[in-house]
Amino acid sequence: MSQYVIAFVVGGLICVIGQLLMDLTKMTPAHVMSTLVVSGVVLDGFGLYDPLIDFAGAGATVPITSFGHSLYHGAWSEAEAHGLIGIITGIFEVPSAGISAAIVFGFLGSLIFKPKG
Amino acid sequence: MAGNQVKERKSLSLDKGTYSKKADQYKPKKNIWWNSLKAFLVGGLICGIGQAISNFYITFFDFTERTAGNPTVATLIFISVLLTGFGVYDNIGQFAGAGSAVPVTGFGNSVAATAIEHRSEGYVLGVAGNMFKLAGSVIVFGVVAAFIVALVKKLLFLI
Amino acid sequence: MHSASRISRQTWKFQRDIRLLGAGVATGPLEGQGPLAKEFDCVFDDAYAGEESWEKAERKLMEQAVQAAMKKSGVTAEQIDVMLAGDLLNQIITSNYTARDHQFPLLGQFGACSTSMQGLAIASALVDGGFTQYALTGCSSHNSTAERQFRYPTEYGGQKPPYAQWTVTGAGASVVGIGQNGPRVTHATIGKVTDMGIKDPFDMGSAMAPAAADTLVTHFEDLGRTPEDYDLIVTGDLGKVGSAILQDLMKETGYDLSSRYNDCGLMIFSSDQDVFSGGSGCASSAVVVYSHILNALNAGRYQRVFVVATGALFSPVSFQQGESIPCIAHGVVLERVNGI
Repeated sequence: MSQYVIAFVVGGLICVIGQLLMDLTKMTPAHVMSTLVVSGVVLDGFGLYDPLIDFAGAGATVPITSFGHSLYHGAWSEAEAHGLIGIITGIFEVPSAGISAAIVFGFLGSLIFKPKG
Repeated sequence: MAGNQVKERKSLSLDKGTYSKKADQYKPKKNIWWNSLKAFLVGGLICGIGQAISNFYITFFDFTERTAGNPTVATLIFISVLLTGFGVYDNIGQFAGAGSAVPVTGFGNSVAATAIEHRSEGYVLGVAGNMFKLAGSVIVFGVVAAFIVALVKKLLFLI
Repeated sequence: MHSASRISRQTWKFQRDIRLLGAGVATGPLEGQGPLAKEFDCVFDDAYAGEESWEKAERKLMEQAVQAAMKKSGVTAEQIDVMLAGDLLNQIITSNYTARDHQFPLLGQFGACSTSMQGLAIASALVDGGFTQYALTGCSSHNSTAERQFRYPTEYGGQKPPYAQWTVTGAGASVVGIGQNGPRVTHATIGKVTDMGIKDPFDMGSAMAPAAADTLVTHFEDLGRTPEDYDLIVTGDLGKVGSAILQDLMKETGYDLSSRYNDCGLMIFSSDQDVFSGGSGCASSAVVVYSHILNALNAGRYQRVFVVATGALFSPVSFQQGESIPCIAHGVVLERVNGI
């Protein structure tokens, strides 16, 4: 049970950060999401995002920040294994699920749905 | 023109600085506390649902806590595409703001909404050509950031 | 005669008995649930108007408005000498296709949401100058085509601020010519572009209010008139925010509009409809003027009305490049002709 509460609170707080950026600055949603993704990369670079995932579970894997974490993770583990070139070969290894799902389901969605305005 | 009147002609006196202050007086203010609360509740709820989905994958499939993130994200994106297609996600978004945009469901919505909107231009140029119009910046900045951070860290280790 | 037509740099006076001989209005479902719905000629209960795409739906709306205008004026398509129309879409495509379908000689107009009065002013000038016997003027807008082009895809979960406006889905058209029926078009004041540095495309009211104020003040000064000379002064789509700013600006300049001022964007929707700060779009002014206001003039509820349509002349690229939003407002005076 506490697992759900922690996920709820941590995820909710990350969203509040996004909301405050949108409400208090002139940033558009795209700017805010890009900032959050980059934050995920940087936090993982400092080794801080993995402990957050261990603590908050879905509260850390569901927000878009985890996308940054996945991109960095893939790049780093390939770099460890294969040197500098690993950075380029590894980037899309981990977040493949999110991007593939978005493309495939988005495309299928366009076959089935019409915009409702 | 009838009557050469010598009275002074009235004109608007406006300058940008004082005007924007005046305009701001009449603009309804965004309710920042209420917006943050809504974002917190909806965002938290989506993450809670994500936790349930992760647990489902851990229990019934061969995933660990670390690796369950992947199918969870895919499942949430699937759900957000459905909600987008049924015309519901835009209403959720108006209410929740970042609460529905920050979770990965927001990413799914931005791709699906654009894909669905542009089907009138055909599947190649319309759907496929425009699909990442909104979500592209997230991918580009994420990838570039990952590249730079990994590169810097690697080079620091080499030194 | 010519010097009397040109009152000043921006204000024109029409010499002949130019009339709105007949007008037509078509709208989408949301407008059809608003307070003026009974006065519209055609209300679609679906925003697609039975068509495949939003753009085709907008064309259908303009088509219906044009048909109704011709029918009510008794002027046929072959008698229309020129169509002066526009819309918000790239290359004013809705108007282009409508003119093609009827084979009207076309002078496309782009004034964003000020197109209705821009078209009416020029149509009246062409008739007054003897170049045209019957002109058709009109414009259209559609919530989804506008959102799709200027902001986000319609199913996107973005959060609009409370001062945003709702683009009206509709079209209004009128036949203009010399005749016996309908209100007379007496004067027009052509606006200059004003730019107060507003950059937020969700904040149209703030951007456009100065343009409306500028045209109003110019008009009053050019003709030596005051707000009391009119039964109604109405703007096209300033919404709640813009109209409040406008009244403030006018008061500061020495004109009190309050007792006789309204805004089409506020008239077309009722206060319990979820439209943020009010209606916007080309159709906002056209729909209200070519139905409700025209009816009121014909019935004698108003004698003289000044309609100021306001437009935001920005492009999807200009605001992404961080440029501010330049605006314009054009005004036309409509008068009831009493008795026979």
